[in-house]
Amino acid sequence: MTTHAIPASHAHAHAKAKRYTGIMDWLTTVDHKKIAILYLLAGLLFFVIGGIEAILIRIQLIKPLNNFLDAQTFNEMLTMHGTTMIFLAAMPFVFAFMNAVIPLQIGARDVAYPFLNALGFWTFFFGAVLLNISWFTGGAPDAGWTSYVPLASNTYSAGEGVDYYVMGLQISGIGSLLGGINFVATIINMRAPGMSFMRLPLFTWASFIACVLIVFAFPALTVGLVALMFDRLFMGNFFDVADGGNTILWEHIFWIFGHPEVYILILPAFGILSEILPVFARKRLFGYSSMVFALVLIAFLGFMVWAHHMFTTGLGPVANALFSIGTMLIAVPTGIKVFNWLFTLWGGSIKITAASLYAIAFIPTFVLGGVTGVMLASAPADYQYHDTYFVVGHFHYVIVGGIVLAVYGGLHFWWPKMFGRMLNETLGKITFWTFYIGFHLTFFVHHFLGLLGMPRRVYTFLPNQGFDLMNLISTIGAILMGVGTLILAINMLLSFRQPKGQLPNDPWGDGRSMEWALPSPPPEYNWKQIPLVRGSDAWWKEKMEGNTEMQPAEPLGPIHMPSPSILPFLMSVGFFVAGFGFIYHLNWLTIAGLLFVLLCMAIRSLKDDHGYHIYPEGVKE
Amino acid sequence: MKRLLPLAVMALLLSACGREDLSALNPQGPVAEELFSLVMLAIYIMTLVSVVVFAITIYVLIRFRRRKGDTSLPKQVEGNHKLEIIWTVIPIILVMILGVATVKTTFSLAKDYSDDPDAVQVKVIAHQYWWEFQYPQYGITTAQELVVPTGKKIMFELVAADVKHSFWIPAIGGKMDTNTGVTNRMYLEFPKEGVYRGKCAELCGPSHALMDFKAKSVSPDSFNRWVEAMKAPAVLPADENLAQAFTAKCLACHAVGDQGGFGGPDLTGIGSKQTVAGILFNSDVVAEPQPEDKTTVENLIRWITNPQEVKPGNMMPSAAQLGLTQEEIEGIAKYLAEYKLDY
Repeated sequence: MTTHAIPASHAHAHAKAKRYTGIMDWLTTVDHKKIAILYLLAGLLFFVIGGIEAILIRIQLIKPLNNFLDAQTFNEMLTMHGTTMIFLAAMPFVFAFMNAVIPLQIGARDVAYPFLNALGFWTFFFGAVLLNISWFTGGAPDAGWTSYVPLASNTYSAGEGVDYYVMGLQISGIGSLLGGINFVATIINMRAPGMSFMRLPLFTWASFIACVLIVFAFPALTVGLVALMFDRLFMGNFFDVADGGNTILWEHIFWIFGHPEVYILILPAFGILSEILPVFARKRLFGYSSMVFALVLIAFLGFMVWAHHMFTTGLGPVANALFSIGTMLIAVPTGIKVFNWLFTLWGGSIKITAASLYAIAFIPTFVLGGVTGVMLASAPADYQYHDTYFVVGHFHYVIVGGIVLAVYGGLHFWWPKMFGRMLNETLGKITFWTFYIGFHLTFFVHHFLGLLGMPRRVYTFLPNQGFDLMNLISTIGAILMGVGTLILAINMLLSFRQPKGQLPNDPWGDGRSMEWALPSPPPEYNWKQIPLVRGSDAWWKEKMEGNTEMQPAEPLGPIHMPSPSILPFLMSVGFFVAGFGFIYHLNWLTIAGLLFVLLCMAIRSLKDDHGYHIYPEGVKE
Repeated sequence: MKRLLPLAVMALLLSACGREDLSALNPQGPVAEELFSLVMLAIYIMTLVSVVVFAITIYVLIRFRRRKGDTSLPKQVEGNHKLEIIWTVIPIILVMILGVATVKTTFSLAKDYSDDPDAVQVKVIAHQYWWEFQYPQYGITTAQELVVPTGKKIMFELVAADVKHSFWIPAIGGKMDTNTGVTNRMYLEFPKEGVYRGKCAELCGPSHALMDFKAKSVSPDSFNRWVEAMKAPAVLPADENLAQAFTAKCLACHAVGDQGGFGGPDLTGIGSKQTVAGILFNSDVVAEPQPEDKTTVENLIRWITNPQEVKPGNMMPSAAQLGLTQEEIEGIAKYLAEYKLDY
C-alpha cells in the first residue's frame, strides 16, 4: 500500500489542479473530513426538523381529544417524523462519523472512492430535500414510515405524499448504498501497513459490519420502492390484491431491509461507545476479540429475524416460533458487548466528561431497550405489545437511548478532531442531564401506555381510559429533550468563538487510536507519511514507548490528492429534477433530469483527471 | 433522581393495572391470562438482567471514578475468558427459559376451532373505520358491537375490506391483523359477562385512532335470544314520511333486519349498543356513564348531522349531502335510539 515514488501514470498530474474557495469549495469537495462536516450539518438540520415534528406530535397528545393537529396532519407528522429520523438524521450522523474518523483510524489519506463519497452525500441530501418539499406541495406522506400497502396505494393515499416518500427515499438510498460500498472498500483496502483486521479500532470494525449490512439490505429497499413506484405511478399491481398482487409481500420486503437498517444504525453507535469508554477509563477495551465476534454475530442474526415485525400478520405458529427464537438469540452477543463495556470501566480510572456521561448512560439505557426487545421477541406476548405504545417505548429506548446518546457523546468526543475546537463541558453536562431526564420521562411511560391498551399512531385518545396522566408526562419529557438539544446547538455555535488550531493532537490526553496522533483538525492529506501500525491501540502504544508521533511506513514524498469536482452535486440535481418529473408525471422533466445525470457520468468517464500533488514541508517540488 | 422517577411511576402503575375492560395487564379471559403470564415471565427475567446491569454500572461509577490529580495508569486488562463465558452462558439459559414458554404458547394459541360445532364462528371484516361481524352459523350480521356467549370458544375469521387493520381486545386476548387477500384465524374466550373495549391496532387512515369497537359477552341463553331478535323482520319508523326518508336515504347503504343495502354498518338494534360510531358513549345505555357522555339520541343527531366532524375520512355522507331536514334527522335519531333488541 505504500507509495514510495510517484507512479508513472500520475507523473503528469503535476499540472496545477483547479482549487476552489468559499461555498464552491464545499460544493466540490471530495475530502472525507469536509464531507463528514456536510453530513453532520445535514443530519443536524433534519434531526431538528424531525424533532419539531416529534414535539408537535406530543403536543397533540398532551390531553385526550385535543385538536392541536387534525387527523390527516397528524398522520403526516408521524410518517415524516419516523422517516426523517431514520433516513435523514440517523443515517447522515453515522456517515458523518464514519467519514470523519475511519480514514484517520486506519491510517489512510482518504476513502477509497473520494468522488463516490461526494456523490453519496449529495444524492442523500437532494433525496432528503425532495422528501421534505412534500410539506409545501399539498401534503406529506401519511402512511407511516413503513408505508404499508394498501394504505400507501393510490386508492387510499391519493395525493402525491407517498410519491415523495418513494422518490425521496430512492434517491437518498443511492447515497446510502454508495457510502456503504465506499467504506467497505476503504476498510478492506486502505489500511496502513500493520493495521491488520484484528487491530482495527472498534468503531471502524462496527462501521465495516454496518456497511456490509448496507450493501446487502439497501437493495431490498430499492426493489420494494421500485415496485411501489410502479404501482403508484404506472398502474402496476405488485401490491394490488384485486389484480393478483400481494400486500404481505411489501411487509416482507420492507422489513428484510428495515430490520438490518436498525443494526446499520446501532452498530456504529456501539462502535462510538467502544471508542469513548476506553479513553475516559484510561484502560483498553475489555475483550476486544469477543467484541468483534459479537458484532459479526449480531449482524448475521439481524438478517434472519425480519419477520418478528410481522408476528400478528398471520404467518402461522411455525414461522412465529422460529423468528421468536432467532430474535431472542441476538440478546446473547448484545449481552457480551454490554458486559465487556462494563468491565472496560471496571478497574479503570473513569473521568466524567460530557462525552463519557453519554457513553456510560448509554449502557443501562440501551439495556432497557434491549430487554424490551427480548420481550417483544416472544411472538405470543407480541400479540399484546404489537403496534401499541409499548413498541414505541421500546424502539425509542434503542434509537434515542442508543443511537442518539452515542451520537451526542461522539459529537463531544470528536468535535475537537473535526473542528479544532472543544465543546464546552459545563454546557455539555447540562445538555446531558436535561436530555437524559427528558428522554426517560418521555418514553418510560410508553411501555405502560401500550400494556394498558393504547395503540400507536393514534392522533387522539378518548378520556377515561387511564392514558391521560402518562401522556402528559410524556409530552413534558419531550419538551425537555427539545431544550437539551437547543443547549447543544448553542454549545456548538459558541465553540466557533475559539480560535482554530490551538488544540493539541490529543486533547483528551488519553487517546488510543490513530486519529489522536494527528493535528486537530488534520491537514487535508491527513498523513504526511502513512503510519506504521505496531499493535492494537496504535497511538497508545507509541505514547507508552515515549514517542510523540506515529512511526512512518514510507519516506517523505509528494502526496497524491484527488481533484475536487462539481459533478457529484450536479448529478444529484439531475436525480432531484427527475424525481419531480416522476412524481408529477412530467415525462419530459424526468428524461431531462436523467439525461443530465448521464451527461455528468459521461464527463466523469471521458475526462482524464489524475488529481494533483501536495508537497509537504521538506519535499522538493 | 433520574432513576427513582421511573420506579415511582412503575409503583404507581402496578397498583392500578388499567381498566378491567381494556388493559392487557388486567386479563379477563384464558387467552389474555396465558399472554399475561408470558409477559410477566419476560418481565421477571428482564428485570433481573436490568438490575444486574444497573448495579454494576452504579458500582463501577462510584468505585472507579478518577480522583482529582490521579495520573496513575490502570492495569490494561485484555479480557477474561472465565467472565466472558459466564456472560455468554447465562443469557443463553435465560433466553432458553423464555424461548420454551414462547414456543409452547405460540402453538397453543394457534389452535383452529373452525370445524368445532361447539365453537361460535365469527367473520370479522374490518372497514375504514368500522367493524363488521358476520355469524355464518346463524346467518346474521352486526357492526361495531360484537356479541358473544360466555363459556364457548369464539373462532374468528379475520379479513379487511379496504386497507390493513388489526383486531384487538386487550383484556381478552392478543391482536391479529386483518389483511386484504389473506384470511387469518384466531380464537378467543369470554368466561365472564361484560363489555370489553376493542381497538384497531394498525394505522389505517386519518380515523385510525377512532376505530374502536365493543365486545359484549352475554350468557348463552341471552345470546340465543339476541340471535333470534337479530333474525326478526325489520321494524321501520311508524311515521310514513320518516320511514320513506329512512328507506331512501339510510337503507341505501345500511341495513336493518331483513331490509336495506350492504356497504355500511348494520343498524339492527342500534339502540341497545354502547356507542354510536364506536366512540360516542351513550349515557342511557352504558353501565357507568361519564359526565361528558350524551344520550343515544344526542349522539345519533351529532353523528348523522356531520359524520366527518366525529370521524374524519369516513365514508358516510353528511345530512346536508343526503338532503335530510333537521326534523328528519331528529326523527331518525329517535327511531334508531328506540330500536332496541330484547335479549
